[in-house]
Amino acid sequence: MIAAPKLMTVELKNLVGAVAEYKKNQYRLVQIGCTQVADGFELNYSFDKNYAFENLQLKLSINPETVPSVSGIYFNAFLYENETHDLYGIPFENIAIDYKGNFYRMAVKNPFVNPPASFAISATAPVASQPGGAA
Amino acid sequence: MSQRTIIPFGPQHPVLPEPIHLDLVLEDEKVVEAIPSVGFIHRGLEKLVEKKDFIDFTYVAERICGICSFIHGMTYCIAVEEISKIEPPPRAQYLRVIWSELSRLHSHLLWLGLMADAFGFESLFMHSWRVRELILDIIEETTGGRVIFGSAKPGGVRRDITNETLKLIVRKLAAYQTEMQDIVDTFLHDSSVKHRMCGVGVLSKEQAYALGAVGPTLRASGFVSDTRQLGYAAYKDLFFEPIVETAGDSYARCAVRCKELFQSVEIIRQAVDKIPEGPIDVKITTTPNGEFFARSEQPRGEVIYYAKGDGSKFLKRLRVRTPTFANIPPLLKMLPGCSLADVPVLVLTIDPCISCTER
Repeated sequence: MIAAPKLMTVELKNLVGAVAEYKKNQYRLVQIGCTQVADGFELNYSFDKNYAFENLQLKLSINPETVPSVSGIYFNAFLYENETHDLYGIPFENIAIDYKGNFYRMAVKNPFVNPPASFAISATAPVASQPGGAA
Repeated sequence: MSQRTIIPFGPQHPVLPEPIHLDLVLEDEKVVEAIPSVGFIHRGLEKLVEKKDFIDFTYVAERICGICSFIHGMTYCIAVEEISKIEPPPRAQYLRVIWSELSRLHSHLLWLGLMADAFGFESLFMHSWRVRELILDIIEETTGGRVIFGSAKPGGVRRDITNETLKLIVRKLAAYQTEMQDIVDTFLHDSSVKHRMCGVGVLSKEQAYALGAVGPTLRASGFVSDTRQLGYAAYKDLFFEPIVETAGDSYARCAVRCKELFQSVEIIRQAVDKIPEGPIDVKITTTPNGEFFARSEQPRGEVIYYAKGDGSKFLKRLRVRTPTFANIPPLLKMLPGCSLADVPVLVLTIDPCISCTER
């Protein structure tokens, strides 16, 4: 088994400071990812230094608060923040390059939260094998 | 001050076979700024985990990319295995290494051909792809597929390779090394090739690291980082050092990929020497529960698979961060200062795979 990456929670008000601390300690920003959970969203900020992998997890409510961009600290964050905004509708402020909802050209706005009707219909009757059955 | 002009580059361009768009701000012939646009063909594959069970989704993961398909499938399997408490057998781990390195070989040879085509060296392009065909033949012989291997699965691999075939592969690769050396010598020593790449698109070590560069793009700037060093699959049992160059220019990025060809052959040789006998898979009796970030080294750099499950057969979330996505910000720092004619070559030096990026 591979060692599990470190996962730490962070509050919205402390996010920028916590990310700045990683920058100060010479970590690189690996990715920012979003997950929809029952009571809202989770944003994962992943960092790496000499193969040590750490994550900050930020919990947001179902009507997510505006998240301060960290692209002023890590420039490459602008891609992840625009992606998260377009797929989940989470608002970010002060993104270094803000595509204002046009990062992905999609037929449906925020499709990972509001999937098109065709996706929802087929999802109610998934055709799938039992675990182990498809092997 | 010269007059500024904005030139649109892509999403359809003769040198760039994939849909990325750059708004290039020029002063005369010099690029001073570049703004990227992706998202022309975003497929939303991550969302499909809600409809495909965790075993079936392996096929979707393999189809995220048509070049490093096996490594996508394998990394997905690693993530699922971790949260399902499944330990693949040792022989499967070695087979994963062998197919991963064959993927790297064919991907780098593909890139070398595309690069030669970009600067108009047609015979070099054809030689690179001719050797790539030999690698694809091995892949077809061992998996039945040339692009989509269909060999990865949670709990192991779907196919075995006989020990005789493995030894034959090592002999074939040893013979192909001579042909690869001819191609590499041209890339690294031909004056016309060096003229197009040396000093073009320099990315310093500090810039590469700060901007989150991965893979050959990062290592060509002098930073020692190769996700295979984490020891996933059977890499922990094999000896290799990351290939590193220090110049940070297009030539250095090309040199890293050239040298990685021979490194991959050596890793396959070691894996064939050490591969144990035994089963190639284990029966899956659990379902994914928990969350995990799996990381592996694709030909273009580190790929991340985040999987989250709740004990059902459908994952709640799958997040894929592809290496090209990570290498776009460094590209934006390489472009300013280069001439317009160098832009296609420079964009190619990050080995962009927009198919992966538009997962």
